[in-house]
Amino acid sequence: MGLIETEDLSVLYGDVPAIKRVNIEIEANKITAVIGPSGCGKTTFLRALNRMNELNGARTDGKVLIDGENIYNGNTDVNMLRRRVGMVFQQPNPFPMSIFDNVAYGPRIHGIRNNKLKRIVEESLRKAALWEEVHDRLDSSALMLSGGQQQRLCIARALAVNPEIILFDEPCSALDPISTARIEALLRELKKDYTIVIVTHNMQQAARVSDYTAFFLMGELIEFDETTRIFERPKDKRTEDYITGRFG
Amino acid sequence: MTLRKEYIEELEGLKGEVLKMGELAKESAKNAITALANRDAELASKILKGNAIIDELEFDIENRCMRLLALQQPMASDLRTIGTCMKIITDFDRISDLAGDIAEIVLRMGDEPHVKPLIDIPRMSEISQGMIADCLKAFATGDIKILEDFSARDDMIDALFDQVRRELITITIERPRCIANAGHLLFVALHLERIGDHACNIASRIIYMITGEKRKLE
Repeated sequence: MGLIETEDLSVLYGDVPAIKRVNIEIEANKITAVIGPSGCGKTTFLRALNRMNELNGARTDGKVLIDGENIYNGNTDVNMLRRRVGMVFQQPNPFPMSIFDNVAYGPRIHGIRNNKLKRIVEESLRKAALWEEVHDRLDSSALMLSGGQQQRLCIARALAVNPEIILFDEPCSALDPISTARIEALLRELKKDYTIVIVTHNMQQAARVSDYTAFFLMGELIEFDETTRIFERPKDKRTEDYITGRFG
Repeated sequence: MTLRKEYIEELEGLKGEVLKMGELAKESAKNAITALANRDAELASKILKGNAIIDELEFDIENRCMRLLALQQPMASDLRTIGTCMKIITDFDRISDLAGDIAEIVLRMGDEPHVKPLIDIPRMSEISQGMIADCLKAFATGDIKILEDFSARDDMIDALFDQVRRELITITIERPRCIANAGHLLFVALHLERIGDHACNIASRIIYMITGEKRKLE
């Protein structure tokens, strides 16, 4: 059984479905990549996994089970859910405060203070492979960091609240190749402790970092399989057409 | 609008070059046995010259593959096609080298009569020619059904090689003076047996290119 399972998951904006009856099982401690052309519903799918779509007024049908429990049932504490299922966005979005305070933000909300807080900040920055670069300037503004560093800071911020699952929405699309390589190496490191779902436009990135790949087209999950299989011998012609560029 | 038009044309061009190289290698192997049967030194020399063109083609195809891999980042069937091209050109090159080795034997043998009539050696050649021709056809059309009996065909070549070998050993024992000529023919038979093996390698790769399944034919 997967850590995350969806059952007939649909998300609608008004009457328009963005994803249609998606059934998928996502394994723990693996990286699952979600690929597909613009508008195929991949980001909507990702945001359905921590109920972010409802912030845009979308309606969700079907189920998302995490550890067997439907996150769309009435009892779910959405704040706890988003702590458990963290998210990193396309554009690095550090808060306009110090490096330390960015990472400490989540733990502070949960009442953590003093030495324990310092320890969490250090651990999170180490896990995000940023500690060596910033340990002597934790009080500097996060906005002084480079784009790649800011993105790793956002990853550290997500890690600080001890999530089980981290959702990445195009985390490298605003970064240069070196920063991209750093984030990719970091993702491989993080999967030992976390379950990762990543939306990417970059198919080579999906092929490089992920264990499983899901291909979406016009809101439908067309194919889901081991990444090596998807990129070497996909079963569905639509997947083949998309990844070989014979599309449109 | 077809996306990546130039890329698709480049891939087709690549396949065309591989087919050309395969045809030349097949022709070389066929001519080698014709030269052997007819004691045709001129044809043997032509094979050796022709091999230089095949060598150049191999480098050219390899460069095209490397360029496509680096610039186009191919996936799925395109990736398998390029990987297959890179692998099978080595087999085509080896086939042409073996044909060249047979041509050199022809030149070394001169007008000296064969120790035995050439019966099984041309049969080995014919079977291996058919295998290479079917590889090229399957590569061009994607029809891999014609490759299914390759193991059986290779077994036939192996059996003929065994037969030729036994026969030549007997001749050598009975007529020790013929050892040089018998040795030449033994090498020719061995080269043909190797050509059959290369055809099997090529067929395995083409099956992978078309289906994505890795299956060893031998």
